[in-house]
Amino acid sequence: MNEFAQSARSALDLIVHADGVLVRTVSLSLAVSGTACLFAAGLGLFGGAWLAVARFPGLRAVLLLLNTLLALPSVVVGLAVYLLLSRSGPLGSWGILFTPTAMVIAQTILVLPVVAALARQVVADGLRDGGDPLQSLGAGPLLAALLMLLHERWAVVTILLTAFGRAIAEVGAVMIVGGNIEGVTRVMTTAIALETSKGDLPLALALGLVLLAVVALLNVAIFAVQRSRFASVLVEAR
Amino acid sequence: MSEAALSMLLRLSNASVRLGTVTALRRVSFSVRRGEFVAVIGANGSGKTTLLRLLHGLVDCTGSRRVGEPAPVQAMVFQRPFMLNLTVWNNLRLALWLARSRVPRAEAPARALEALKRVGLVESRDRPARVLSGGEQQRFALARAWAVRPDLLLLDEPTANLDPSAKKEVETLLQGFAAEGMTLVMSTHNLGQAKRLATRVVYVDRGEVRLDLPTAQFFGKSADERARLFLKGELSWDLE
Repeated sequence: MNEFAQSARSALDLIVHADGVLVRTVSLSLAVSGTACLFAAGLGLFGGAWLAVARFPGLRAVLLLLNTLLALPSVVVGLAVYLLLSRSGPLGSWGILFTPTAMVIAQTILVLPVVAALARQVVADGLRDGGDPLQSLGAGPLLAALLMLLHERWAVVTILLTAFGRAIAEVGAVMIVGGNIEGVTRVMTTAIALETSKGDLPLALALGLVLLAVVALLNVAIFAVQRSRFASVLVEAR
Repeated sequence: MSEAALSMLLRLSNASVRLGTVTALRRVSFSVRRGEFVAVIGANGSGKTTLLRLLHGLVDCTGSRRVGEPAPVQAMVFQRPFMLNLTVWNNLRLALWLARSRVPRAEAPARALEALKRVGLVESRDRPARVLSGGEQQRFALARAWAVRPDLLLLDEPTANLDPSAKKEVETLLQGFAAEGMTLVMSTHNLGQAKRLATRVVYVDRGEVRLDLPTAQFFGKSADERARLFLKGELSWDLE
């Protein structure tokens, strides 16, 4: 208990004094996961909207695969991206293995199914009521689906926050493709794993607290988005 | 081209619609001519909404669906108006943008404002459309449809969920549209409304058009036994 209390005190000290290593690691984590979510948002929202209105043979198989990928293990993504980007892999000539770019690619692949599957569901549900009216106004199926994303933008914000939460909290993919190189590819989760194994509990705990705070902030943001939306509807309805 | 062909906006010939395993419409033959106000009546589940959706081109059919030449501009007002989670004004501008092939861009703001004035919703232009009252939403839906200046306006039970005063407001607007020469096809359960507004009544029963008569004639002496029972309110489920 003493060791835990001592570590916690040291961790808080690192946070309060904005320790350089801590700040660098947290900044890189936010940058990598934020960028990955941006790419996943661009691809996943459009892809999900398209899947909600697409009709082609094999659509069910694609949806089944997409839903399966929701539970995609991050180490599997890490391994696949590693094999692609390693010197002997098909994209080895890019020379980006063990760089933040590789980590962004891995996390994008990891959260893309989350964004696409949830966006598809939101759009499909919305089009049950709004599909015919939007088509009647002159919107084609894809435009109607994209308008439905605009209509359900609060749900979209929640989807993106969920995806960011998954990205920032994963360790497997970034460990494999990033290599956990200090000052280059070390992010919060990989640093926690390393510092714990080294026995540097204060830094591991400080990073753990920051990670928890980030996830908590995300939840607060999701809650605030939902609450403000609900409140605005209530106020207007009066 | 004959006068009849010129005035024909839409014609269905032997049109059947299957929705999954259900045949919602069977061999329907039905025309809409310019300037008419057609009321489509029938029991719940008789196929009224499917008929309107077919006329509007929202469902496929076997048989034929022919539009007149030049193709009429169409709009449809649904029983539960759908509005995007935007302000009244932005919903209207979006509708006009979607109809941009027919509405010149420079004209859109004036049209939107005119449409809101027409239905008395100018004051609500900056309110979220989805928090309007039921009557206001239906008036807004009419404004949105009217803004694109349709030749043919299809209305699916537009007053079904409205209180008497909102119902009257909507009816007044529809009478105004009809007086300006717009062609209207409206499904309704309200027989009084059909009698007041329509020039022609179509009775749909179990997916078939059983009667298609001028209003006075329809309410005068319906030849069809089931239509008579429907008018008397005695068409119960036992008879189905």
